[in-house]
Amino acid sequence: MITAVIPSLISTVRTDDTWITFDVNSLAENFWNSTFDGLTFGAIYALVALGYTLVYGVLNLINFAHSEVFIVGCYGVFFTLSALNFGPSAPRLAFWAIVGNLVLALVVAIVASALMAVIVERVAYKPLRKRKAPRLAFLITAIGVSFAIQYTIYWWRGPSPEAALTMFRPTPIFDVFGTIIDSQQLVIIVAAVILMIATDQFIRRSRTGRGIRAVAQDPDTATLMGVNKEKIIITTFIIGGILAGAAALFYVMKIPSGVQYSGGFILGVKAFAAAVLGGIGNVRGALLGGLLIGLIGNYGQVLLGSSQWTDVVAFLVLVLVLIVRPEGILGSSLGKSKA
Amino acid sequence: MSTTEGPTLIPDDAAAQAMADREAKGKPRKGWFPGLGEKWNALPRQTQWLFLIIVVVIAYLLPILNPPFITTEPGNNWQIALAQMSVYALVAVGLNVVVGYAGLLDLGYVAFFAVGSYTAAMFTSPDSPYLHIPYLWTLPLAMAITMFFGVLLGVPTLRLRGDYLAIVTLGFGEIVRILATIIPAMKGQVGFQNVGHPPGTDAEGQPIFLNSNGTPWYWLTLTIIIVVLLAAGNLERSRVGRAWIAIREDEDAAEIMGVPTFKYKVWAFAIGASVGGLSGALFAGQVGFVNNQKFDIATSILFLAAVVMGGTGNKVGAVLGGSLVAYIPLRFTAIAEFKYLIFGAALVLIMIFRPGGILPARQSLLAYGRTAYNKLREATGKKPAPGQLAPNTGKGAGDE
Repeated sequence: MITAVIPSLISTVRTDDTWITFDVNSLAENFWNSTFDGLTFGAIYALVALGYTLVYGVLNLINFAHSEVFIVGCYGVFFTLSALNFGPSAPRLAFWAIVGNLVLALVVAIVASALMAVIVERVAYKPLRKRKAPRLAFLITAIGVSFAIQYTIYWWRGPSPEAALTMFRPTPIFDVFGTIIDSQQLVIIVAAVILMIATDQFIRRSRTGRGIRAVAQDPDTATLMGVNKEKIIITTFIIGGILAGAAALFYVMKIPSGVQYSGGFILGVKAFAAAVLGGIGNVRGALLGGLLIGLIGNYGQVLLGSSQWTDVVAFLVLVLVLIVRPEGILGSSLGKSKA
Repeated sequence: MSTTEGPTLIPDDAAAQAMADREAKGKPRKGWFPGLGEKWNALPRQTQWLFLIIVVVIAYLLPILNPPFITTEPGNNWQIALAQMSVYALVAVGLNVVVGYAGLLDLGYVAFFAVGSYTAAMFTSPDSPYLHIPYLWTLPLAMAITMFFGVLLGVPTLRLRGDYLAIVTLGFGEIVRILATIIPAMKGQVGFQNVGHPPGTDAEGQPIFLNSNGTPWYWLTLTIIIVVLLAAGNLERSRVGRAWIAIREDEDAAEIMGVPTFKYKVWAFAIGASVGGLSGALFAGQVGFVNNQKFDIATSILFLAAVVMGGTGNKVGAVLGGSLVAYIPLRFTAIAEFKYLIFGAALVLIMIFRPGGILPARQSLLAYGRTAYNKLREATGKKPAPGQLAPNTGKGAGDE
């Protein structure tokens, strides 16, 4: 149906320029393929976006260093895998051996990312809060921390990406609309969705989650009601770090050659765009926004004919959302979400 | 915060702040140059001018003097180093209008710099198939085009809270680089060679403005900096400047007092952008070659570090900060490789330990204006304490 209608509609506006195409045929042909690929990327963006959204909800701060929290997790995965002697081509392992390795890498990534998040909070943001610094100071510090970490990694590991390590060979599982879903995509999407539901339920149901929502709504009143604000803030950073660590594992799985000092930065901007699209401060919004940004970016890439368009398209979506509906699709507030 | 007068129970932080304010009253300002600002203001106007003229003359003589110790030689040509420092200083002055005066965080300033560079390159380089115009005409053209981009980017985002501007400009900075790579007309990594230069030949018939000779470029940029500084100073003391400072201190309050905040924010953003474009065009002329490799986000952060180091909101500080950010990697070549790490860490440390930078802006002077400030000084015999007229000025830009 779609495959037949859209090309005939837009074939008249097609341009034959080489650098920008408007290749509707290509999109129609690869529609389901790029949909599932987009959802896979979207799941990763969504996990990273959660970290932005939670910190933004609690501190009203764009934590630019979150992209570095994520990339530190990627390095955690990389070092675990190289310690386990993985190479560019995946070894043939038993199912449980693969699962065991993945869980080990996941744990290392989560610990690395969460630790990084805590360090950033304690070293950079807490002193500013103590001094009641203006908002601009927080933002400048955030970008400064982001760059300091990025170029520490640069200094340590050099400018080129790390060698690609593949964990397992994606095996086809089943096919939908003639497109084969492989084990990799399935693992990423399912695991990411489980994590996001867990986060959502944690924020909504647990005592700590209630504390997070209370601080997001009104820090002073929350403090008066007996919420330990500092503890809540550090918990928020840890949750963001854990999710970024998980995202790091999936990212290395998806793009094995993407472990690089600057690898997190643009992904961070896209994840933030996802958070804004869904409604900043809104946990479910981050999920929706992440998946949408993944899809839109992938469609844009196929339609416009170069992978570099993904970033441009994601950025344009961000600007459009800010013009049309700055509060995002689901509305922006962590504090207002009801228990 | 308590809203009543007199002894009320206030939270610890506020009490500590109030205590610090009380203690600070009447004491000389702390800092690396205690009381320098007051001494400077106490000088007669003529003496101030005399000092400034001496400083300017020394600045013009720098490429000829080539002072030992300070010079970047051997390693880097001193005149070219000066030319680069002056371009960075101009960038910092422009960014200071956005970040320092209006309190808007622009993380993609390099994009405006890039647009300016490409404007100069595409209208003068023989590699470009388009219309060719004399180099000097590209300077106002670059300003106009970047101002247009500033408005284009500012209008959708400046209606919202300041944070969004930070991320949108960050994205924009990256997008301009990507577009320069994929749009064939911008020639990606191949770039544009032989960007034009101002006319004029010396006695031997050689052009004065050579890429290998930094001195004329330095003098040209320095002259432009002086003009821009005078203009920025006038803006700062005008209605527009007061509006910017009001917005920076407390946007809601400014809006309620009748300041059209959106309009003035767009103005600040556009003016800052145009100065960025101007410096980009100068940079393209001096280097003579423009491609997509020079305009990454990291450079943007260097620009921000220049403003923050010099002293957010202080135009003289911006000149100093901009020169330093360019100068340090050229003078100490051993650490040049780590400049992003150093300046990134410097941003954090400055924000935590010395939010005012090297030359902190006199918040009270800025907030009240020079005349009111001096009147108040005469009346009370000392520096007006923060909080005497406006309760929030002592603490810097808008409290949370």
